[in-house]
Amino acid sequence: MNVPVTRRNAVLGITVAATSLIVPSILRAQSAGRIVVIGGGFGGAACARALKRADARLQVTLIEPNKTFISCPLSNAVIAGLRQMEAQQFGYDKLAAEGITIVAQAATAIDTQKRSVTTADGTAFGYDRLVVSPGIDFQIEALPGYDAAATEKMPHAWKAGAQTLLLRRQLEAMAEGGTVAIAIPANPSRCPPAPYERASLIAHYLKTNKPRSKVLILDAKDSFSQQRLFETAWKELYGDMIERIALSQGGRVTSVDPATMTIVTEFGNYTPDVANVIPPQRAGRIAEIAGATDATGWCPIDPVSFESKLVPNVHVVGDACLGGGIPKSASAASGQGKACAAAIVALLAGRAPAAPRLTGVCYNTVAPGYGFSLAGNYQPKGDIFAEVEGGATSPVDAPRELRAREAAETERWFETITADTFG
Amino acid sequence: MPALINVPAKAKRGDVIEIRTLTSHIMETGFRHTADGKLVPRDIITSFICRYNGAEVFRADLFPAIAANPYLSFFTVARESGKFEFEWIGDNGYSSTASTSIMVE
Repeated sequence: MNVPVTRRNAVLGITVAATSLIVPSILRAQSAGRIVVIGGGFGGAACARALKRADARLQVTLIEPNKTFISCPLSNAVIAGLRQMEAQQFGYDKLAAEGITIVAQAATAIDTQKRSVTTADGTAFGYDRLVVSPGIDFQIEALPGYDAAATEKMPHAWKAGAQTLLLRRQLEAMAEGGTVAIAIPANPSRCPPAPYERASLIAHYLKTNKPRSKVLILDAKDSFSQQRLFETAWKELYGDMIERIALSQGGRVTSVDPATMTIVTEFGNYTPDVANVIPPQRAGRIAEIAGATDATGWCPIDPVSFESKLVPNVHVVGDACLGGGIPKSASAASGQGKACAAAIVALLAGRAPAAPRLTGVCYNTVAPGYGFSLAGNYQPKGDIFAEVEGGATSPVDAPRELRAREAAETERWFETITADTFG
Repeated sequence: MPALINVPAKAKRGDVIEIRTLTSHIMETGFRHTADGKLVPRDIITSFICRYNGAEVFRADLFPAIAANPYLSFFTVARESGKFEFEWIGDNGYSSTASTSIMVE
């Protein structure tokens, strides 16, 4: 084939020659690439591990201020006294043993021009590709009255740890006949069915220990994930202990007053004995520092590579990204982390990443030995992830043996995903 | 469910006050078909009126694109103690009313 020589492809030819002769000899002398991962949760840890396993020559650095990871999945059981906090905790020793550099510092600044991350102690880490997996932060300004001090009186318990135990202690200290209110924000939020699982397990604790008490749900949504399964179970197990005020019944919480333990909705005031206030959410702060968040507070991504649509060479996985149809969950974050790792390996090798197929699984336990689940499949469609065929939800009419089996599966799912990520 | 109304119980004369209302209604658009192809007839609220001691202070026309359980929030000036009356009117002779009182100091 005869290609006419023009100024343009003549210049290109020179560039190609320069690249193939000079740059590779420099690259060969170094590692295959430097990847920094910010955030050691289910998304970031899975991504770091998958990167190192895909190519041992990659320099993978995981920046995470907490030396111990505390899992949100199954933490509702800790609140209800059905599980010990120790069972929720995982370390990074196994990741370090695989050659991942663990930096126990908070990332405080990102220079996307110089491709460098700075941690709280002033150390800078250069990268070829950056993965941001910071989970969620709260939109405090969206809920007047809910400042840092308020979280000590009206715990959110939406990041597992001290808050989980605080809510647990408040439930234990509450007198018989009291009311526990749970304020639920609109979507998108971390793990959309989890507030309803929490309501269920708190009702289980109350029924067992303080049977005249109530759970009051103040909800900024009209409908929710697996609603029929939850409502059927509530009726069967807890009668009228759980009352829910939906959005169209005036359930949206507009402000709180911790001094008087008041929760204000669009149409009324409530003064419960225990107030679990789950505020509206957005991507973790460092995503904003990276310049990866848009006006929604979340991070738009290319669904094939997880690369930010706003900043180059920065990838966002887990709760912080705008995943389209994928609910924000540990299972989704883990899948995204691994798919992002595969995409980065391909990009570093100069190949186009393959479109990932992701699966999200969500187990809910409404009482010991009573569980149900939702599984969904997701693929890139245009700009976002769309749910595709093959998903399944537990049947509404099912014998208790199936519920017991799904409750046991919940434990096995947890053992599997935590071993996969940290074990 | 009766309509939900939020008017401050007390206000100072001249204060701008927010009024919120929410009423349960299906707001069927009239554009949908059943599985066997029949058109589902339109059934919406068409207008909403708020009166303050008998005088109209706010009115809204509603259309098929408005979602079920219409929520309306608006502002007025607290002039005198008295009564707010609310009225929703719709297709098929639908009519619903609610009222609440305010103390103006």
